[in-house]
Amino acid sequence: MAAIAPPRTSVPDPHLIGTSVPRKEGREKVTGRATYVDDLSFPEMLYGTTVRSTSPRGRIRNIHFRPNIPWNEFTIVTAKDIPGANTIALLIEDQPCLAAEFVNHPEEPVVLLAHPDKYFLEEARRAVRIEIDPFPAIFTIEDSLARKQIIWGQDNIFKSFLVEKGEVDAAWSAAAFIVEGEYETGAQEQLYIEPQGMIAKANPTNGVTAWGSLQCPYYVHKALVRLFGLPTEQIRVVQTETGGGFGGKEEYPSMLAGHAALLAWKSGKPVKMIYDRAEDMVATTKRHPSKTHHRTALTSDGKFLAMDIDFTVDGGAYATLSQVVLSRGTIHAAGPYHCPNVRVRSRAVATNMPPHGAFRGFGAPQSVFALERHLDRVAQVVGLTPEELRRRNFIHQGQTLAVHQVIREPVDLAHLLDRALDLSAYHAKRKRFQEENPHSHIKRGIGFAAFLHGAGFTGSGEEYLASEAALDLTPEGRVRVFAGSTEMGQGTNTVFAQIAAETLQLEIDRIQIMQPDTAMVPNSGPTVASRTTMIVGKLVESAARTVQKSLFDSGLLQPNYNQEAFAAACQQYIAKFGPLQSLCKYQHPTDLHWDDATYRGDAYGAYAWAIYVAEVSVDTRTAETRVEDFVAVQEVGKVINPVLAAGQIEGGVAQGIGFALYENVVWREGRMSNGQMTNYIMPTSMDIPPIRVLFEEIPYARGPAGAKGIGELPLDGTAPAIANAIAHATGVDVTRLPITPEVLLEMLETVHA
Amino acid sequence: MEAPRDLSSALQIMAQQPAAWKPFAGGTDLMVLLEAGRLPHRRFLSIWKLPELRGIEVTPRHVTLGALTTYTEIRRSEVLAQEFPLLCRAAAETGSVATQNRGTLGGNIANASPAADSPPALLVYDAELELVSASGWRRVPCHGFWTGYKQTGLQADELIHRIRLPRATNGWKHYYRKVGTRRAQAISKVCFAASARIDAGRIVQIRIALGSVAPTALRAVQTEKALQGEKLTPESLRAAQAVLAREIAPIDDMRSTARYRRRIAQNLLAELCERLST
Amino acid sequence: MPETMAASSNTGNNKRTIPISCQINGRAMTLEAYPMARLLDVLREQAGLTGTKEGCGEGECGACAVELDGALVNSCLVPALAAADTKIRTIEGLATGETLHAVQQALLKHGGTQCGICTPGMILAAVNLLDRSPQPSEAQIREGLSGNLCRCTGYTKIFEAVFAACRATQPNAGPHR
Repeated sequence: MAAIAPPRTSVPDPHLIGTSVPRKEGREKVTGRATYVDDLSFPEMLYGTTVRSTSPRGRIRNIHFRPNIPWNEFTIVTAKDIPGANTIALLIEDQPCLAAEFVNHPEEPVVLLAHPDKYFLEEARRAVRIEIDPFPAIFTIEDSLARKQIIWGQDNIFKSFLVEKGEVDAAWSAAAFIVEGEYETGAQEQLYIEPQGMIAKANPTNGVTAWGSLQCPYYVHKALVRLFGLPTEQIRVVQTETGGGFGGKEEYPSMLAGHAALLAWKSGKPVKMIYDRAEDMVATTKRHPSKTHHRTALTSDGKFLAMDIDFTVDGGAYATLSQVVLSRGTIHAAGPYHCPNVRVRSRAVATNMPPHGAFRGFGAPQSVFALERHLDRVAQVVGLTPEELRRRNFIHQGQTLAVHQVIREPVDLAHLLDRALDLSAYHAKRKRFQEENPHSHIKRGIGFAAFLHGAGFTGSGEEYLASEAALDLTPEGRVRVFAGSTEMGQGTNTVFAQIAAETLQLEIDRIQIMQPDTAMVPNSGPTVASRTTMIVGKLVESAARTVQKSLFDSGLLQPNYNQEAFAAACQQYIAKFGPLQSLCKYQHPTDLHWDDATYRGDAYGAYAWAIYVAEVSVDTRTAETRVEDFVAVQEVGKVINPVLAAGQIEGGVAQGIGFALYENVVWREGRMSNGQMTNYIMPTSMDIPPIRVLFEEIPYARGPAGAKGIGELPLDGTAPAIANAIAHATGVDVTRLPITPEVLLEMLETVHA
Repeated sequence: MEAPRDLSSALQIMAQQPAAWKPFAGGTDLMVLLEAGRLPHRRFLSIWKLPELRGIEVTPRHVTLGALTTYTEIRRSEVLAQEFPLLCRAAAETGSVATQNRGTLGGNIANASPAADSPPALLVYDAELELVSASGWRRVPCHGFWTGYKQTGLQADELIHRIRLPRATNGWKHYYRKVGTRRAQAISKVCFAASARIDAGRIVQIRIALGSVAPTALRAVQTEKALQGEKLTPESLRAAQAVLAREIAPIDDMRSTARYRRRIAQNLLAELCERLST
Repeated sequence: MPETMAASSNTGNNKRTIPISCQINGRAMTLEAYPMARLLDVLREQAGLTGTKEGCGEGECGACAVELDGALVNSCLVPALAAADTKIRTIEGLATGETLHAVQQALLKHGGTQCGICTPGMILAAVNLLDRSPQPSEAQIREGLSGNLCRCTGYTKIFEAVFAACRATQPNAGPHR
């Protein structure tokens, strides 16, 4: 055997899984060398901007260009310039790329401009006036359901679902207790610190290339194919380092890429479009506002007899992803409990607001808030503690959820509850606060929420996505992973590298994660739905196993090899047989069945289970709430990288604190009026309590190394835990989010009246 | 932008074309407006380097701050911490470290936002402003300087030169509370500043000023009168709260509501009285 | 840049750029910029230092934080003219060759950076804090970083990293929490 390099004395660490390996691209990030889209520049590049509707609904009568601007210097694009279909292809093709005749929401894009000077461009943007004959518009779920105006389809309803288990209507007469409640949540802005941005090059000869901040390169690809009417191989989408997404860069980048590309197409030059913060906030997607009605029947010993749940989300003016948000919210609406009779009626409705979209949690934060807040109230009526009510109704292995999914994996919510309450000193604090509160204007409280979050696409979604990931080996024995999954801070690059390295028994710096570029990587599905580690990571693991097996089968490599032997085997294999690579395609487990028509079956391959406990103090003089302490306990399958996983929970809890207390979108005629970071309040370092994270691990056989998904989980349980804590502290019956001081003040005065 | 080397050059430029030049200090307010296209001015006069506008001078009866004193400098000043703690509290609650390094007291006063954090402290301390132009200078009380929403008594050719604080509140009790949208980097919803001299449970002298409850920072003279000479009792407090509720003029805006502001202002008055009683 | 610039808000009435001399990361530089251009843009475009980021353009998020004569400032609020004859330190100036600053190393080790966009400003703020107070309390760290918004981490691991960096640079100091 030829010696390639001096023999190494160290053996690669075989225990990368479960180790907090440093972030793969961390060094670039801490030195400022990571390249985000606004750091890129091309020769002759123009800047682009969007002229938007100021009306919520109407017909475009005319577009006026003020004569003092030398318009011949500008590239001007309207709907007429679109080579293909004027639509942003996603699920339904109802949303135009540029409004042509009608506008349906404030800030709807109508005209695009490009110019070499970005300051002059902004002046020009203000010199374009879109004249609109207004139509009456609707802005609330109530008005939409009441059909004050029909603004979408026949009845304003994008989608509706009905989930049924048992016989809800027969249960009421047998009930010892019936408790009703109505709950609301408001919109929430994703507020990634890097605003949306794209650079595009486009011409009929070479096709279209877009670089930008995005989560789903193949979503953008699909949208550009439709917009330009070009063959798929003529469209290329490349993800640049992305400064946060949280779902806000799931759909919207398709719109922005389309705009940049249209300007590039018409001008013949590269075009960069970077939104400033105000535009990003008012014009792009937000979390769907929601309204939930609960009616719950219980036996005399506090066991659920029936749950009748009505759930509505406001989708804004176009369908975008509302049906999927609705789906997840619907399936999560009845929580981690066993209830023999359940009905969930749900719908997503249209209003004349900028379309709402994906935001971490994706419907579940809304329905879980309603449920968990409701159950604390139910406990009070029934005369049980919040804890006891949950214990009597937690689902067990072998029982079925509302959608008739049998929980086949082990689950022990009672144990998670024990740990969470213990870690947070819940009982002692609950008692102490009750004693001390009457003597202070600062009321303290502690509350919790119990919840689950399904990882992956719902039902047959993963089958439909048919994700792929690939891997190849170089003659030097280095590994290249090709996946369409995007790193945006959650740690995907590092986790994939750990999986590949562990499988192949290599050091992690031998693994290179290729930049998501549709010209190079397969479609691994969108980076959403807490699916990336569990589904795509598994494909990476399988692809690694496949190439390893090829090496073993070739006889060029023996088990228990070291890195040098591995490299030698790769070199020999490639010289003898050609490329050493594997493309792995998702195989839907044959024992998972989902029926879209009845909305029943195995909704998700795996669930993470959690109990979150929040401790708050409420200053009754100012009605301000402070989260003093937070405990997050969850069972998530195998934790591949503890620091990254804890980081996901901590960051998600912080966003949940914002959702609960601070983040209030102030709407005026369908437009966000507080679109600045000064007036849309996200938590600072002074607003976040110590957050203690505890993971339990029950390995999930179908996950890579046993991992499940966790990205969205923390958004589900944080706000209801806080709401329950505030109720405990003050006696106030919290039923809507955000619980701003203004809202809480009114409620405090009612309690004391 | 012009950057004159000294105060008299700056004043000369302003005297020649009074309304054309926008004085520009740290830029923490103006740059935001400029970015948003909300500054009509085309010409900016950088006063950031003018030595005459800097420094903190201590004399037997006054502490006088140059208009360009930054919040960081205020926070680091021992004499201010000792004798004018409300101003230090205000500086600590303004923006963030980065804002405090560039934001100036003169800029805050000239910008005249009703939500500014320093004016209530300045009003409580009976601060006076020294205004200067090419034709001379004058001294005006802070109280009355802000004439309306974002309006001041500053003439088009004038600059704020210095802020003079009488050293008259030694030994008084001080109270400052800003209720904002969050714990840091927050615009205030209600800002309450007060200083009082108590003797045997009786209010001998009291000064109260509020921010964010009127078009300008407000010195609550009626409420002061209602408490002046009174013993600290629940009755005197209730009476004063009623006066306060009528004296302020809070509004609904995207940050808060008139109802909330009014109630919280009253609650903070109660909290003040509680502190004064101990 | 076009000579006759119709005066847009961000350039004031100045139709011409002026030379701005300053020292950036220890290097003397003279950059051509409009006097009222934002220092942020001058750094990113004229000086080619793209490590400093724009998150909001209104001085709220701190992603654009740099040190100006030793003081932490939001560069989106500093006009170019104000940078004349100053010493500026950006993220690019922290590491010494390939050796990272203690704060950078700590952030890497403790997971204090996720998407990375707030990271340069956050690091500058932490470095500035530690230069001023080498043994900050937790409250001082929270306050010192309160002008830097992070949407990914919930700040928890950033605090851990800053503490770790303190211990790394002051190994013999006693407990200070």
